[in-house]
Amino acid sequence: MHDHYYDSHDLPRFGEIGRDAPELADKFFAWYNAVFAEGALSQREKSLIALAVAHAVQCPYCIDAYSGDCLQKGADTEQMTEAVHVAAAIRGGASLVHGIQMRNHAEKLGM
Amino acid sequence: MPHMLPTLQKRHAPLATAGAQRELLAGLPLERSFEAALEGSGLYPLRPTRIEILQVNVGRKCNQTCRHCHVDAGPDRTEMMPDAVLDRVLEIVEGTDIPTVDVTGGAPELHRRWRELVTRARAAGKRVLDRCNLTITRLPNYAYLPEFLAEHGVEVVASLPHFRQKGTDTQRGDGVFEQSVAALRRFNELGYGREGTGLVLDLVTNPVGTFLPGSQGALERDWKQQMRRLYGIEFNRLYTITNMPISRFLEHLADTGKLEEYMERLLVAYNPAAAAGVMCRNTLSVGWEGTLYDCDFNQMLELPVHPRAPRTVFDFDLEALTGREIVLGPHCYGCTAGAGSSCGGATA
Repeated sequence: MHDHYYDSHDLPRFGEIGRDAPELADKFFAWYNAVFAEGALSQREKSLIALAVAHAVQCPYCIDAYSGDCLQKGADTEQMTEAVHVAAAIRGGASLVHGIQMRNHAEKLGM
Repeated sequence: MPHMLPTLQKRHAPLATAGAQRELLAGLPLERSFEAALEGSGLYPLRPTRIEILQVNVGRKCNQTCRHCHVDAGPDRTEMMPDAVLDRVLEIVEGTDIPTVDVTGGAPELHRRWRELVTRARAAGKRVLDRCNLTITRLPNYAYLPEFLAEHGVEVVASLPHFRQKGTDTQRGDGVFEQSVAALRRFNELGYGREGTGLVLDLVTNPVGTFLPGSQGALERDWKQQMRRLYGIEFNRLYTITNMPISRFLEHLADTGKLEEYMERLLVAYNPAAAAGVMCRNTLSVGWEGTLYDCDFNQMLELPVHPRAPRTVFDFDLEALTGREIVLGPHCYGCTAGAGSSCGGATA
């Protein structure tokens, strides 16, 4: 039993998730690879989006994977830091905009 | 002018000598030797296909000291190809059917007979490449270079690690990016990188760190958009080159404790298709002192061509050299990782 939940050595083992459901895993990885192929967005832009989402969902595996991937796809740390700020701004904004709901409810209860 | 870092040689660093570098690389606990990897791909012993490129390293002097440089080039280096060697190189260029002459350094333009080498190679009908660091063209005594290169139809292969300032200056020195952009604009003004002019301007990018380069095709498309959008610059091709565990990059890996991890990364990414296309199969490298090498990397590690092949320009024999066995080492994994790496970019 590990004394912590996340282990960086588990990241390269991602493929093992196909062990009891190979068809589903195959479908997932095929779709995943297609998503990240160059299209209307460049591979670099997709990798920056992935990095931002990784921070939004706070997945340490994804943060490691897409920090490396962003550099490999030609992004630099200034672009990567801006991407993380985009994720943070949406998370912060999402909390703050619910303040309107708070105000609406408070107004209903108030005098 | 860009902030300068001292060369390994000037610092008397432990890895300043080729012998120390070879010893460090040979002592690495690799799972599989490079020779065994080639054997598994049916490529051992590795031999040339045909010698199509004569790569001439005219000297180690450079106006920059980039952090990853496998030559340990810099302003303090004094090695320059002597006249007797250059005369013999010109005889080989003019007397054989090797179609391409690739001139490198250091900053090759600092050699006092660089113009003669380029002019005579072009007059002999050769395709000539100048591996240009761009900033050299911004120095007052070398401002003539873009016009000279255009006049002689020389292809420019220019180093630029990233299309933004931070990555480029981190690797090549403060202020290099701004000077490089100014140089590229000048090349564009002369028609370089523009369709229909025949003047070729290729860029070379290598990772600013210990990771492998991404897909050359995808990066080229992205770079073309970004260079046009950000700076109005056009170029022909983008070549991706893997950082080689030699000289200053080797020192960086050793000092930061990343050497074994980096070598493992190269080894795991070994690609038989990239191995089949390695540049040593079609290139012969000439050192400033006239010794022949399988590539510029072997040159810096002082690993000359196989002892049974002619080993200097003075006993040059194209047929014997074409049949030679290529000299290998752990550093060769740098050319076979992922999509491969060469002076002409990806190989697979």
